Amino acid sequence: MDITWYLVLSGLLFAIGACGVLLRRSPLVILLCLELMLNAGSLALIAFSRAHDNQDGHVFAIVVMVVAACEVVVGLGLIVAMFRRRLPLDVDQIRVLRG
Amino acid sequence: MSASDFAWLVLLLPLAGSMVIALGWRALPGRTAGYLGTASIGLAFACSLGALISLLGEPHDARQIADSLYDYASAASLEIPLEILVDPLSVFMCLVVTGVSTLIHLYSVAYMDSDAGYRRFFALLNFFVFSMLVLVLAGNFVVLIVGWAFVGFASYALISFWYRRETATRAGMKAFVINVVGDVGLVIAAFLVFRELGTFGFLESFEAARETFSTNEGTVVAICLLMLVGAFAKSAQLPLHTWLPDAMEGPTPVSALIHAATMVTAGVYLIARMFPFFELAPTAADISAFIGLATLVVAATIALVVTDLKRIIAYSTMSQIGYMVVGVSIGAYGAGLFHLMTHAFFKALLFMAAGSVIAAIAGRQSIDGMSGFRRALPLTSGLLIVGALALAGFPGMSGFFSKDEILVFAAERGGMYWIFAIGGYVAAFLTAFYAFRIGFRVVLGEPCPEARELERGHLAHADPVNPLTGEPEDTEVGFPGPEHHIAERARPMAIAMGALGLLSVIGGALQIPGVSAGLEHFFEPTFEESAFHEVIPSSGSAWLGLAVGGAVAIAGIALAYLLYVARPGVTARLAERLSGVHRFLFNRWYFDQLQDALVYRPLVGAGRFANAVFERFVVNGIVQGTVGVVRGAGSAVRGAQSGFVRGYALLLVGGFTALGVYFLAAAS
Repeated sequence: MDITWYLVLSGLLFAIGACGVLLRRSPLVILLCLELMLNAGSLALIAFSRAHDNQDGHVFAIVVMVVAACEVVVGLGLIVAMFRRRLPLDVDQIRVLRG
Repeated sequence: MSASDFAWLVLLLPLAGSMVIALGWRALPGRTAGYLGTASIGLAFACSLGALISLLGEPHDARQIADSLYDYASAASLEIPLEILVDPLSVFMCLVVTGVSTLIHLYSVAYMDSDAGYRRFFALLNFFVFSMLVLVLAGNFVVLIVGWAFVGFASYALISFWYRRETATRAGMKAFVINVVGDVGLVIAAFLVFRELGTFGFLESFEAARETFSTNEGTVVAICLLMLVGAFAKSAQLPLHTWLPDAMEGPTPVSALIHAATMVTAGVYLIARMFPFFELAPTAADISAFIGLATLVVAATIALVVTDLKRIIAYSTMSQIGYMVVGVSIGAYGAGLFHLMTHAFFKALLFMAAGSVIAAIAGRQSIDGMSGFRRALPLTSGLLIVGALALAGFPGMSGFFSKDEILVFAAERGGMYWIFAIGGYVAAFLTAFYAFRIGFRVVLGEPCPEARELERGHLAHADPVNPLTGEPEDTEVGFPGPEHHIAERARPMAIAMGALGLLSVIGGALQIPGVSAGLEHFFEPTFEESAFHEVIPSSGSAWLGLAVGGAVAIAGIALAYLLYVARPGVTARLAERLSGVHRFLFNRWYFDQLQDALVYRPLVGAGRFANAVFERFVVNGIVQGTVGVVRGAGSAVRGAQSGFVRGYALLLVGGFTALGVYFLAAAS
């Protein structure tokens, strides 16, 4: 089957996610955009899996979902912690690690 | 019991004695430790006799027994058993070592009585004898090296026995360091033997050496020279002798033990034991003989002028060891070892007598203040004269037969070896002179104040001082004890000295040319492979040599009588007129200064240079340079760490994009 449009969609989603990560400053939105990028990846995996007619891509997609869930847990935990310590919810202002 | 069982017991008893005294020292009251130590060595002597008897019971060609207890070390293709070699040579050495050591222990029981370190002294003394027995009984090079190193340590511990006396601790270190130089030589020699012959065992390596090496081949000469380094360091031969006179800082019984029974005889034993190697390397053997001759003459000349009583005897030891080294190096094994034995008797006796005299004169050691002890110390004086006669080689005494036997053998080999005979007789004259320099000055003449006091029954005491520097001391542990003991008032000392006096007189009977050849015959199983086994001086020439030796000895004694008794004061004038010579001899031929200039100073100078230049500029430069490079690189890349998360993200995305583009471009 032809998977061109699936890949185009995946690429677009990935690009949108990447732009979101680069341009937005709210940590919550950055996290959402990261999810978007992961899902774009999953979509591409499943599309390739269909194209090659085996199940490996599906398995990988599920693994990616697990990783995404973990990442959300850690990320949201961080954001809640930042909120509770009354740190500014702006990634540009949190730059203690500058050299 | 077989000879080897007895030999194991000989090893075990002194070790057990040492351990019991060292661990149970709190529980041993009074003189118990002393008698315990004496008993353990005495029993070891009895076991040595047992080994001798059962060895004599064996047939002639079964008198070399190698016996191993367990594998001492085994790794890769190497099997090193804890092995002893029981043969006439090692049994003879055991008998001399344990026999004389028993008497020295007995002497110390009383002599060291008031010392606060009494039990430590006997633990170490027993350990010293044990180490020496390991050395002489060793059946392979590894066990030999173990014994060799133990002896070095034990001598260090005993020379520095009075550890709060700085001169004593320095002397101990000096002895240890010089001995370690020797150890290194011996160890490398053993490695070479193993590399060339593939075995550490004595009997195996002797056999393999005869098959492998040709005469005077480079390797075997190297092995012998390295062994000689070890032997000369232990036996105080030139130029590694400077520790021996300093070793007089130890208690007098220790001096007796080092000089008579243990330690300095180790080098002579080593050369005799390794005779198959030395006969394959005549060059090395000749070098050894010449060094022995040099030592024997140099030490005899120094003994003429030194004023410290114990140091005179110490130089005399060096000189006598020189005779033994000459003997075993030119192939007169029996004679060299015979002299080793008789020397052990009369040298132990001389030291004991010196200890008694020093005790009577309140711990001073210079013979300048000593005179006229004949009535105050009748026993000591008598035995001192007996010892001096034996040392001088007075006809009929033990030293007479043993010394001349070496010189006659040298003459018998002829050619170049005449040098040894002539040099030996010249030194024998000096020996007789300095022996009676001690004898006459201490015994005859006007009694000194201490002797006069002692005649009235009062033993002189003075405030304790270091006899070398005059520094005040106390009598607590680490310094000599408060009481002095003289042989006249201490029975153990008198017994030990009496026994040695008897042996010094009759010890020569073992080997009288034309009459008895007990030792020579006894040693046959060990030395029958020797090339010089057949070189036996005829009794005629032997008696001629004895006559010359006797005449020389009497001449030396007569000269000493002339200078010290008949015309006192001549020596002082002589020393003044020949002040250059006197100063040269008095400063011991400047050997200490020579070592200082050749070894110590260059090393220290190199160290200073390394510290000032190498350490400062090179090492420090490398370290500081590394620090600078790391720091500079860090500050250069620090700007990239902005802490700006979106910047990092951009870098990541940009990087991946660039990679993707690159791969795409590469793929198409």
